[in-house]
Amino acid sequence: MRIVVDFDLCESNAVCMQIAPDIFEVRDDDFLYILNETPGEADRSRVEECVQRCPKQAISIAED
Amino acid sequence: MTSIPRAVTIVGASLAGFNAAEALRRDGFEGPVTLIGAEDHPPYDRPPLSKQVLAGDWEPDRAALTDTEELADDGIEARFGLRATGLDLNARELSLHTGETVAFDGLVIATGARCRTMPGTDGLSGLHVLRSLDDCLALRADLEAGPQRVVVVGAGFIGAEVAATARGRGLEVTVVEALPTPLGRVLGDEMGSVCAEVHRDHGVDLRTGVGVDRIEGDHRVERVVLSDGATVDADVVVVGIGVIPNTEWLEGSGVQIDDGVICDASCLVADRVTAAGDVARWPNQLFGETMRVEHWDNAAAQGAHAARRLLDEATGPFAPVPWFWSDQYDRKIQLAGRVRPDDEVRVVNGSVAERRFAAIYGRGGRITGVLGFNRPRHVMRYRALIEQGATFDEALAAEF
Repeated sequence: MRIVVDFDLCESNAVCMQIAPDIFEVRDDDFLYILNETPGEADRSRVEECVQRCPKQAISIAED
Repeated sequence: MTSIPRAVTIVGASLAGFNAAEALRRDGFEGPVTLIGAEDHPPYDRPPLSKQVLAGDWEPDRAALTDTEELADDGIEARFGLRATGLDLNARELSLHTGETVAFDGLVIATGARCRTMPGTDGLSGLHVLRSLDDCLALRADLEAGPQRVVVVGAGFIGAEVAATARGRGLEVTVVEALPTPLGRVLGDEMGSVCAEVHRDHGVDLRTGVGVDRIEGDHRVERVVLSDGATVDADVVVVGIGVIPNTEWLEGSGVQIDDGVICDASCLVADRVTAAGDVARWPNQLFGETMRVEHWDNAAAQGAHAARRLLDEATGPFAPVPWFWSDQYDRKIQLAGRVRPDDEVRVVNGSVAERRFAAIYGRGGRITGVLGFNRPRHVMRYRALIEQGATFDEALAAEF
């Protein structure tokens, strides 16, 4: 599982960061940083929640 | 007694209704799902309507949440342009404005809300509200027609975003707000004043503590007459004075209505009937308070919860920390929690003068909310503390 963020869509609302702060971080420069692009299967449900809850639908999961 | 429905009908095809439909399929529901919407459009996202679409940066199709083909692929029967006018819980039938009746088994009520309007202004062109895509396109066309002056009535979040977008188009903007401080009843006077200054920094003529007496014009708006007797010339007027939940169609149905559809803590309204989004009023157990929330995030999450509740009677209470964002000029304002204007407020990070800060709200020894200006990281961190029921002192001592 690889996390893909469309940074043209991302508005740095940080919803993903609340769900998975070990994977997503919005810093004081207002940009989102992906701390772990390839989390393990144990994190899948949390990442899927991030995908669903993102207000801009900017997050997706690539299986490669 | 409740039971699991064999088919689910969702009334209301905006964010809550759409998320309910998606959640049913995601959770493995294989029965028929019907999504009925009053507008002609497939579900679309409203936040861009006061920003990117209104600014002309996005074409409307970019705000689409889905299309009829995608819905069909998910086995969701889409029926748009149909307004529900009645509900019979015993016969388990809906009436539509066309006179048709539709049988249902499970039902999600997600009919949302509509804009309040000003009395006595019917038929004036150049006068707008902003809620739907059609509202947005009508206002956008008027902003593109080269108006000289735009007047926004109401300095709430929608009014503020419209003012910011109109300023971004280089238009002269006057905002008229009845309260002495914009958002004073939401954020308190101290933080409301910061919002006021943001508008003034960007050249908005902000008039506070003054109401609108009437809007004048011959076929088209020409001026706004204020309660203090002043007049403001206007080519375009946008009224943003709140919304009314769409519950009239439920009158006499046995569904309890009180400024929204009354639900239990799990969003259940009646046997195999749930409600979600702007129309739903439910006891949020995290706050020990019955609330109706008009935020994007709430509609999305509650729509999914209301769907899940139909499929599984063991679904627990819906008890989120309400949260929303508002993008104005180059500021991202976010508020999480359930704050009152007389809560204690402390700035915990950044600088109010630079309009980049986080402030937390407290009452009765607990943290009740967090407000951020370009501080999404802090808002989300404090939101988690609110969810955990942290004390105000614990929140003040936290370092993020």
